[in-house]
Amino acid sequence: MTIIFLLIGISLTVAIAFLSAFLWAVRSGQYDDTYTPSVRVLFEEETTEPTPPR
Amino acid sequence: MPILLAPEPVTRTTCAHCGDECADDALISHGQSFCCAGCRTVYELLAENNLCSYYNVSEPQPGQKIPAVELPGRFDYLDSETVQTQLLAFRSDTRARLTLQIPQMHCASCIWLLERLYQLNPGVQASQVNFLRKEIAISYNPSQTTLKEVVKLLAALGYEPQITLAELGPAQAAPDRTIYYRLGLAAFCFGNVMLLAFPDYFSFTEELATNFGQFFGYLSLLLALPVLAYSARGFYESAWQGLRHRYINLDFPISLGLSALFLTSVHDIVSHSGPGYLDSFTGLVFFMLIGKWAQQHTYDALRFDRDFTSYFPVAVTVLTPEGERTTSVKELRVGQRIRVRHQEVVPADAVLMQGAGQIDYSFVSGESEPVAKVAGELVYAGGRQVGESVELEVVREVSQGYLTQLWNNPVFQKAEKQTLETYANTVGRYFVALTLVLAAGAMLYWYPRDQQMALRAFTSVLVIACPCALSLATPFALGAALRVFGRRNFYLKNSAVAETLARANTIVFDKTGTLTEVSRSQVEYYGTPLTTQQQALVAAVAGHSTHPLSQRLAQTLGHPARLLTEFREVPGQGVCGVMNNVRVKLGSAAFVGANPASTASAEVCPGASRVYVALNEQPMGCYVLLNAYRPELPKVLQELTPSYNLVVLSGDNDAEQGRLRQLFGPKAELRFFQSPQSKLEYVAELQRQGRRVVMLGDGLNDAGALRQADVGIALTDKITHFSPACDAILDARSFGQLGTFLQFSRSCMHIVLATFGLSFLYNGIGLTLAVQGRFTPIVSAILMPISSLSVILFATLLVKLAARRWKL
Repeated sequence: MTIIFLLIGISLTVAIAFLSAFLWAVRSGQYDDTYTPSVRVLFEEETTEPTPPR
Repeated sequence: MPILLAPEPVTRTTCAHCGDECADDALISHGQSFCCAGCRTVYELLAENNLCSYYNVSEPQPGQKIPAVELPGRFDYLDSETVQTQLLAFRSDTRARLTLQIPQMHCASCIWLLERLYQLNPGVQASQVNFLRKEIAISYNPSQTTLKEVVKLLAALGYEPQITLAELGPAQAAPDRTIYYRLGLAAFCFGNVMLLAFPDYFSFTEELATNFGQFFGYLSLLLALPVLAYSARGFYESAWQGLRHRYINLDFPISLGLSALFLTSVHDIVSHSGPGYLDSFTGLVFFMLIGKWAQQHTYDALRFDRDFTSYFPVAVTVLTPEGERTTSVKELRVGQRIRVRHQEVVPADAVLMQGAGQIDYSFVSGESEPVAKVAGELVYAGGRQVGESVELEVVREVSQGYLTQLWNNPVFQKAEKQTLETYANTVGRYFVALTLVLAAGAMLYWYPRDQQMALRAFTSVLVIACPCALSLATPFALGAALRVFGRRNFYLKNSAVAETLARANTIVFDKTGTLTEVSRSQVEYYGTPLTTQQQALVAAVAGHSTHPLSQRLAQTLGHPARLLTEFREVPGQGVCGVMNNVRVKLGSAAFVGANPASTASAEVCPGASRVYVALNEQPMGCYVLLNAYRPELPKVLQELTPSYNLVVLSGDNDAEQGRLRQLFGPKAELRFFQSPQSKLEYVAELQRQGRRVVMLGDGLNDAGALRQADVGIALTDKITHFSPACDAILDARSFGQLGTFLQFSRSCMHIVLATFGLSFLYNGIGLTLAVQGRFTPIVSAILMPISSLSVILFATLLVKLAARRWKL
């Protein structure tokens, strides 16, 4: 049953990795603006032809 | 006979840029029609740079109207070194970075275009929009372009950034991310502690418990420590702050409960007597932090703490013997000579030295007509010069000015209003007393029988009494209410405002700009009737003038500005021009050559503004511009009269008393000749009588009263433009729903109280178990999350239902 010590150690390491990933994401400003990127991602790539408005 | 003039409904094409209606003689370019030259210029600029997708991204016509008159030298101050150092966040030879406020951005097209500035100006390296904060971060290469060029480009596109004194203060603080860190840490620890607690609850084998119980216990303790030290810190700090002010808030029983929970667990683990309650502890902190996050996550974009500095310009042109020089307003000293151009704000109290002053105080006093000033007269800060540029000599520094003094009133010195007497805090206080009594009772009962049990019951009561569900009820119910209000363009500073709003019993209105609409007035014509053609002439001449009265006249008459000759504007007098061989004169009676007494209008509405008309030197009559009350006003008043005391405070004379009395009914209190100071004092007086006051105002002159009131609501036409210090901002378009808003806020309070009831039910169950000493870790692990989650769900759903009921 000593394997449980090892397993818990591994599971904690993985969890800590996720926690640090989250902290890094917050630190790098990914949670500062939760709206604009959702709009930005939908923009079409540049077209070469001028598009006349509707 | 007065003839009411209304624009004739004609089917018209819409402008391809801004979507406004085009006049009959619309400008045509690229096969599109435009309402004005400004719009056409923007379209051509975008077409040239292959950026016309702008018009296809979201709304059909996303453009902003560009003011036709470009003022020379308007952005010259941006070349000044002091201004640049204050604005730029980073600067090197090849890269400069700054953040600008652009209140005009409103849709996806705006984001699209603003992030493609580099295509319009190669000197711009990158631009990134934060839509919720209405900000744009721009990096540019100073060797290729200048700050002035960048700002000019933005202005040319219709996105003129707002650069005011307020932006120049200490560097803007980085966004507060503490709540995310705390929440993330709590979630991590909660998850892992829960995992470690499972074997104990199910006790698969005795062996597991004996072998690993110790290890799991200490590991949980290790994981719970950061939660106590960092994640839960906010609750302890808030409770401590309350105590220092001899005040018990809701965070006090929470801290008490958390401490009891943690200490019991430590005791259990160290003494090997049980697994402890650490999973409940971390879980509680996690759920309550979610509540805090929901509370914080409201209106980031709107600022509720703006003061006069947001209105004042950054820089001003100073006249020195060596010539004109741009300097920062803060460095302005007494005795300096300044030049104020058309549409610029006078930054400090000053004496007019040269030029004809036409000072528009509409922002300060609500009075829409510019006041004529001649050399030697004192001009107060905050007015906007209309017409030619003038020279002034500063007599008081910016910080000493009349307007600034008003803002320096002690009311504004209070950083934050005293901790609000919210229901949650009141309940919290009784909660503490009740808990302590129960805990002591349980201990006294058990002590003679079983000392171990006595301690257990005592701590269990403290633990279960932790009013976490109570603390979640308010943020979620009122947070949902805030979002409902936000959808209807009514923005509240925080949820405490919603609560105070629900308990208000007196509503105070400021008159000008709140009850009346400054930009819209009722125009009546008295005199020899004009033909449609003659009206068109008047409109054409009026359309050429920047004077607000002319603008309103042109707007009402609804005819496009056409080419005319010999246009002349005499400041403070009137305008004249020739069109179709008719000389049109508009303005004061003396200027036009009319005899004010002879026209029939003299006895009607003595206080109203009037514009006299003469065609070919022949006086025809005059237009009377009456203040127009908001069309929704009668409906709103009808809804409010039964349940509220209504008060009107007006800075004007009592000429309108009759009309107001008719609207407000006999019970309302009407007060005239109120100075900003007396408005403030009157509101304070009402509060001394024990009334809860909601004040509706619009601008700087009632800012003191807005601040003094329990809830100060600023009514603005442009939400993003300028909002004075207040508790809530109401878009003027939603004014008609004021009554519904107040009723909805009352419903929300009932919901909060119902949620309190639910959470008491859980606490009751828990307490029954606790006093019997049967409150075990597993009961706690089940009861705590259920109570938290069900309170969250209950509160949110009920508010949604209420919103549907009030059709919000």
